[in-house]
Amino acid sequence: MSVTQQQMMQGFEKPSFWKSLSWFDWVWAALVVAGSVYVYRNFPHLMDVYEIAILVGSAASLIALGWLWKPIRGLSLAVAIISLFGISRYGTDLGLADQEFFLKYLVSSQSAVMWMSALYVMATVTYFAHLFSGSDFVGKVASAMTWSATTMGLVGLMVRWRETYLVGADVGYIPVSNLYEVFILFAIMTALIYLYYEGRYRTRSMGAFVLLVISAAVGFLLWYSLDRGAHEIQPLVPALQSYWMKIHVPANFVGYGCFALSAMLGVAYLIAARVTPGSTLARRLPDLELLDDVMYKSIALGFAFFTLATILGALWAAEAWGGYWSWDPKETWALIVWLNYAAWLHMRLTKGWRGTPMAWWAIIGLFITLFAFLGVNMFLSGLHSYGGL
Amino acid sequence: MNLAITLLMAVAVASVIGTVLKQNEPYQNYIIKFGPFWFEVFEKLALYDVYSASWFLFILGFLVVSTSVCIYRNAPTMLKSISHFRTHVGLNSLRAFHNRQEWVIPRPEAEVAPQLAAMARTHGYRLRSQDHGDHRVHAAMKGSWNRLGYVFTHAAIVIICIGGLVDGNVPLKLKESSGQIQIETRDIPASQVPAKSWLSVKNPSFRGSVTIAEGTSANLAFLQLRDGYLVQPLPFRIELKDFRIEHYFTGQPKSFESDLVIHDPELEQPLESTIAVNHPLVYKGYAIYQSSFNDGGSKLNIRAWPLLARDLQPHDIESAVFQDVKVTSPRGTLTMELTDFKLYNVNPVEEDDESGKQFRNYGPSFTFKLRDETGAAREYENYMSPVEFEGRSMYISGVRTTPAEPFRYLHIPADSKYSLERFLKFNALLRDQERVRELAEETTRGSFDQLTLERPELRQEVIENMVHLVGLFTQGGVDAILEQVNRSAPEERRTQVMDAYLKVLQTILGELYLELLAGEGVDFSQGMSESDARFFDDSLNAISSLGHYGAPFFAQLTGFEHLQASGLQIARAPGKNVVYLGCALLTLGVFLMFYVRHSRLWFRVEEKDGHTRLLFAGTGHRHERDFAEEFTRLRAELEQRLGVADRPPAQP
Repeated sequence: MSVTQQQMMQGFEKPSFWKSLSWFDWVWAALVVAGSVYVYRNFPHLMDVYEIAILVGSAASLIALGWLWKPIRGLSLAVAIISLFGISRYGTDLGLADQEFFLKYLVSSQSAVMWMSALYVMATVTYFAHLFSGSDFVGKVASAMTWSATTMGLVGLMVRWRETYLVGADVGYIPVSNLYEVFILFAIMTALIYLYYEGRYRTRSMGAFVLLVISAAVGFLLWYSLDRGAHEIQPLVPALQSYWMKIHVPANFVGYGCFALSAMLGVAYLIAARVTPGSTLARRLPDLELLDDVMYKSIALGFAFFTLATILGALWAAEAWGGYWSWDPKETWALIVWLNYAAWLHMRLTKGWRGTPMAWWAIIGLFITLFAFLGVNMFLSGLHSYGGL
Repeated sequence: MNLAITLLMAVAVASVIGTVLKQNEPYQNYIIKFGPFWFEVFEKLALYDVYSASWFLFILGFLVVSTSVCIYRNAPTMLKSISHFRTHVGLNSLRAFHNRQEWVIPRPEAEVAPQLAAMARTHGYRLRSQDHGDHRVHAAMKGSWNRLGYVFTHAAIVIICIGGLVDGNVPLKLKESSGQIQIETRDIPASQVPAKSWLSVKNPSFRGSVTIAEGTSANLAFLQLRDGYLVQPLPFRIELKDFRIEHYFTGQPKSFESDLVIHDPELEQPLESTIAVNHPLVYKGYAIYQSSFNDGGSKLNIRAWPLLARDLQPHDIESAVFQDVKVTSPRGTLTMELTDFKLYNVNPVEEDDESGKQFRNYGPSFTFKLRDETGAAREYENYMSPVEFEGRSMYISGVRTTPAEPFRYLHIPADSKYSLERFLKFNALLRDQERVRELAEETTRGSFDQLTLERPELRQEVIENMVHLVGLFTQGGVDAILEQVNRSAPEERRTQVMDAYLKVLQTILGELYLELLAGEGVDFSQGMSESDARFFDDSLNAISSLGHYGAPFFAQLTGFEHLQASGLQIARAPGKNVVYLGCALLTLGVFLMFYVRHSRLWFRVEEKDGHTRLLFAGTGHRHERDFAEEFTRLRAELEQRLGVADRPPAQP
């Protein structure tokens, strides 16, 4: 009896996290470490001690992220391979962007961003097709398109990173420093967060709504690039030359991406709540409870990162502007966004509010976020005037 | 709790005001913008400095108090629940749970209980058991640190607000309203500022700024407050040795750096340090930041070439930026106020092709105001070296009457030696009436020979006309001639007369120019070279605009010694570390709250006749949906472990 019990218990033993890792997980970790070591060995002169710490931190985070959410591994490897290919095509001549076949049509940052844009828009249409047809295959195509678009967007940023150094060795900067670059980042972040929830809840019915906001961002990006020439690489003003940018901006955009996602789920919720129960459409639209839950989770995630980003921003401000808080319009609007979602979370957690009012509130939240993100740069002046329109 | 949300929203809405309405501008600007009535209304509401307005601070204070009360009321319970397993929960309470299951297992409790404990531990639960006589409750939980998240986040709000209050300018406001200090609004040297506008050197928190010229030092900072300032003495002296601007190859600034030396009696030897944007120096709790730059009184050598006189005697001026120089001119005594010097002038050049923005360095320039005896002034911006325009080199000088308008530029052609000489000689020649008359006579001699025999006075008339036209042109340009035509000629003949005048003018000016060229030894027997011809046209354009230009001389910069000044921001913020502690707590708290999930499980076990009655229940604090999934999995596992998978669950 005792033997069988022992065996039984072994059967139920929850395998430890380390034991649950596959060989590919270890290959993944080894590759990330190797890449980081390569960067550390070859470019130490371009990094200060904080940037080396950021390199170590990002390598560790990337490994952990890949272990916890497996598709990140494939995505990262694809981005790395395509980016390295693009960078090798350039050599040291930026002028090749318009001459070399692969660069011109595929992997120069501008081309990659165009691919990203096209794929996101196509994915949006395909997700809608999936929503109305209910076809699994169409849904899979839409997902694949979103993954591909995200890959190309990241390739665009990576190659652009190299391009900034080709413009001039002293120009080089991480491409998250102006409105054009962060719009790409916004699209990618929103898509990634969406893809996580798509995988986690095994439903593609939310895609149409979420990709809509990404398409809107892509539309703006195209206008900004084609009409305003915003994709031109301009050297950084002294105030932006800081390691803080590498953590402040991405953290902020996890927040913005989450808030945008939750607002679109809010839209989906309002629509789903009005559809006659039991109708075909009602069956294909995402489940109300799921929407409510993901909306909450996304706002919670966004709020956590937005809190972190705002604090990082304050730390940076203390180093660059002489004070951690200056009531600068951008800072103040960040606070307003923060207060808004703090109130939203309070309502849900302490008052137990759910459903329609919270969906409306999430949508309003997007407009507040949008104003903090874009409106401040357009209408208000202040210290934060980097991404003028 | 509704109060919390109301307060959060109130702070948000109040904050908006300060972003829409520019804060802490000179009051004059607000009066212009809103008119006297609304200006006063807004002033009463303290909208020009919302973030230190008493009503705004009151809302913040209320938020702090209500959060504190909230912590005081809830934190003990929350903290207790971290270690409280709730082993006293009753049967009915457990049966009220949404996630629950009961079984009757045909085995004694001693065999069942270890399985329960093993499963709970496998999944990361801590377990506590309590014997209630007829039954036992095994209570398990995990992620109870989640509750600490609540305490951390709420405490963080209070801590951050307190830290911010320490660093804010509330104490200053209080001192001001009680009359202890007074804002200085006059633009006077610090040494003349009355003691009432000086703060104590011990002032624990402030944010001020000071501009220091290269080679000089300062031991104070100015605190800008509304439409004036206060003086903040420092316990040490900051000397600026050198200020540097580095540029990218495109010409945009790459870095601003100041080499500072801190002189403090407490230091054995002065402390040397270089600061840059994003790289401040922190000394004794005072943080010194690179925030702007300025001219520091560069020494300038200026040669003033008369533009309105027939002689070419220049007047040399040696002075410096921020100095005033008296200049006598045909227009009376003028005061030349030197206001700025720039070593680089990197301006964007609009290119037609798609290559993007191009930048070009126009070289050094200086600006000055020319004030006449009535007090009226024009502002000038003169470039030191000639600038290339469409293949021609031009000296450029901008002029404007108010700072609001853009500069309008005078373009003076440079000669082949890149000097002003030829232009100035030509200009002076035009103003030499005797020489003009002589040349007019020479010019008319050949062509009027026949006519003069019949009407000698006609030739004289033409000569007079030429002299007069040249005079008009040198005084007011083509516009002056046009004006005369409009005044004297009947409307239908104006165009005709104007054409005739211009032709005459062109002839005589051409002759004057040729004489100038001959004087220079230029050979134009084969016709005039293209560059000389263009020079002639450009000169006439320049002379024609001299009337609008307004200055009686052209101030050429012949030499300079560049002295810069660095704008430093100096801050002392003792509350900073308090705020940072709050921030750390906030971050930690938020992640604990959302990403550590608090779940509880209960196993109520009762043995009867060798059978064990088991009630399994659980709850997920604020993650019910995910917990329901987990509970389903746990229940299935438990059924496997206990071998009751195929048994129908017991009815309560």
